[in-house]
Amino acid sequence: MSQTRKQLLTDPLVDNNPITLQVLGICSALAVTSSLNVAFVMSLAVIAVCGFSSLFISFLRHYIPNSIRIIVQMVIIASLVILVDQIIKAYAYEISKTLSVFVGLIITNCIVMGRAEAFAMKNKPFESFIDGVGNGLGYSLLLMGVGVIRELFGSGSLFGIMIFEPVSNGGWYVPNGLLLLPPSAFFIIGFFIWGVRTWKKSQVEAREYKIQTLEEH
Amino acid sequence: MSLRNYFHSIEPHFEKGGKYEKYYPIFEMVETIFFTSNTVTKVAPHARSFVDMKRVMTYVVISTIPCVLWALYNTGLQTNSALATVGVEAQSGWRISLLQFIGLGISPESLVSNIFHGLLYFLPIYLTTLIAGGICEVTFATIRGHEVNEGFLVSSMLFALTLPASTPLWQVALGIAFGVVVGKEVFGGTGKNFLNPALTGRAFLYFAYPAYMSGDSIWTPVDGYSGATSLGIAAAEGYESLSNYGITWADAFFGTIQGSLGETSTLACAIGLVFLLLTKIANYRMVVGCLFGMIIFSSFLNWVGSDTNPMFSMPWYWHLVIGSYAFGLVFMVTEPVSGSHTNLGRYIYGALIGFMVVMIRVLNPAFPEGMMLAILFGNIFAPLIDHFVVMANIKRRTKFNVQTQ
Repeated sequence: MSQTRKQLLTDPLVDNNPITLQVLGICSALAVTSSLNVAFVMSLAVIAVCGFSSLFISFLRHYIPNSIRIIVQMVIIASLVILVDQIIKAYAYEISKTLSVFVGLIITNCIVMGRAEAFAMKNKPFESFIDGVGNGLGYSLLLMGVGVIRELFGSGSLFGIMIFEPVSNGGWYVPNGLLLLPPSAFFIIGFFIWGVRTWKKSQVEAREYKIQTLEEH
Repeated sequence: MSLRNYFHSIEPHFEKGGKYEKYYPIFEMVETIFFTSNTVTKVAPHARSFVDMKRVMTYVVISTIPCVLWALYNTGLQTNSALATVGVEAQSGWRISLLQFIGLGISPESLVSNIFHGLLYFLPIYLTTLIAGGICEVTFATIRGHEVNEGFLVSSMLFALTLPASTPLWQVALGIAFGVVVGKEVFGGTGKNFLNPALTGRAFLYFAYPAYMSGDSIWTPVDGYSGATSLGIAAAEGYESLSNYGITWADAFFGTIQGSLGETSTLACAIGLVFLLLTKIANYRMVVGCLFGMIIFSSFLNWVGSDTNPMFSMPWYWHLVIGSYAFGLVFMVTEPVSGSHTNLGRYIYGALIGFMVVMIRVLNPAFPEGMMLAILFGNIFAPLIDHFVVMANIKRRTKFNVQTQ
């Protein structure tokens, strides 16, 4: 075991974050972050699916024929996603309407597939579970970060509770409409990646080209 | 001690190994305001030209002068006329108090009052742009170690001219900060931006605060007065009904209409264009392409016609004079960095923008004005256009070689 269990859980938070370093799962991060409630439910769903799919795939890893492994993984992930979708519909119907297709799309979320393929197929069940949960948490951390910025400055509230009173209600805050549009999440994720790479220099990718200086001509 | 000697005496502190090595860009910025740079190229290739970056950027700023002057006059004119309509008594504000205090009064007939009143709107916006954008620019220059470039003066002037007079100053600051950082600095600074920084900031404000950037009540900064832009009227009722609002083609051409600060006068933009073309700062190919695309496509739509959409029948000479078409054509389309770099590509790039403007204005009901989005669209496509032009050229040359061998 090259990594301890604790590292498996904490590494994906910052050092190996699935969104900022691996740039996976961007699509859902754009779609569900305009309100924190929705982002929170989505985070829980991804943590659950990612953790349990890794667990079950790891249990079955010796019995999965290599040539059809992706199909088997998909079946497991899809079953879990349907389960989660039903639970959300049962207990949080309003939010499930906002999430609409994006819970179903967890099936195609690269983070879940990536962990199954890269980790769960080669490691023991418990480690795989921790790794899946850790990556789900890394995804959630960024989702919540983006969600805080978008909801706070886009509609002046957090979890639906008014923090900045908007002008339309007689307050002082002018909501920034751009932040309610999905493209704004692109900018914010970009700023996050910029921030993390300024903080952790090791994440900066090597240049693919070389800038020529005048003297080298 | 002369200024020159003073700069020489403090220069070592800012060079490599000096105490203030980090702040070299700021030193360089201040020094080059007073003196020509003494940096010379030491190795080949040498190109000798008087047209350096500073001159290019200064010329663009000079070319905006007619637009700025017109912005002052027309903003004042519109405000004073609106005040005359709704009554000065009901209005308050430091601008009106100041005008009455110095005895100029609020009269749409008085040239001086108009210009001065316009100045009181333009100046705060422009100064905010300079200060907020300048802070971003200098911060990045210091951290990244590149020089503070005159290009910023152009971006800030153009950004200020594209705003409505009633824009709150905090939005001005936010917009230019976004434009400078996201439109330019994240890509490495002047010369490396693929989007026009001024337009990036303007687009940010447009989507972030639509209530302050579009609609009928924002173009003239008078409470309770609402005046639609000519594009808004044309989109709602057709361009023929503009005359019911007292707007003739000549009004739109000279610019005594509602609109953002600097965009109303086609004539002022045209004077700027002549200057830019004579000094060869602007490339005529982009202008020709953009006019061509707009004229062809709007004529095509005239020919197609539509019963429900009155914009279909608007002829090209109206497209030219209303909205920000002329302003964008002169100052934004011709921007060399974010446009195409091949000669054939420039025609295509211009035509694409001209086509998109009409497309958005006429066929998209969500946006009455299309110039900003069309130019940003063109910016994004410029590298692709260049790629295909270069590839086509390579292909042609290869064929040529095979035949002659």
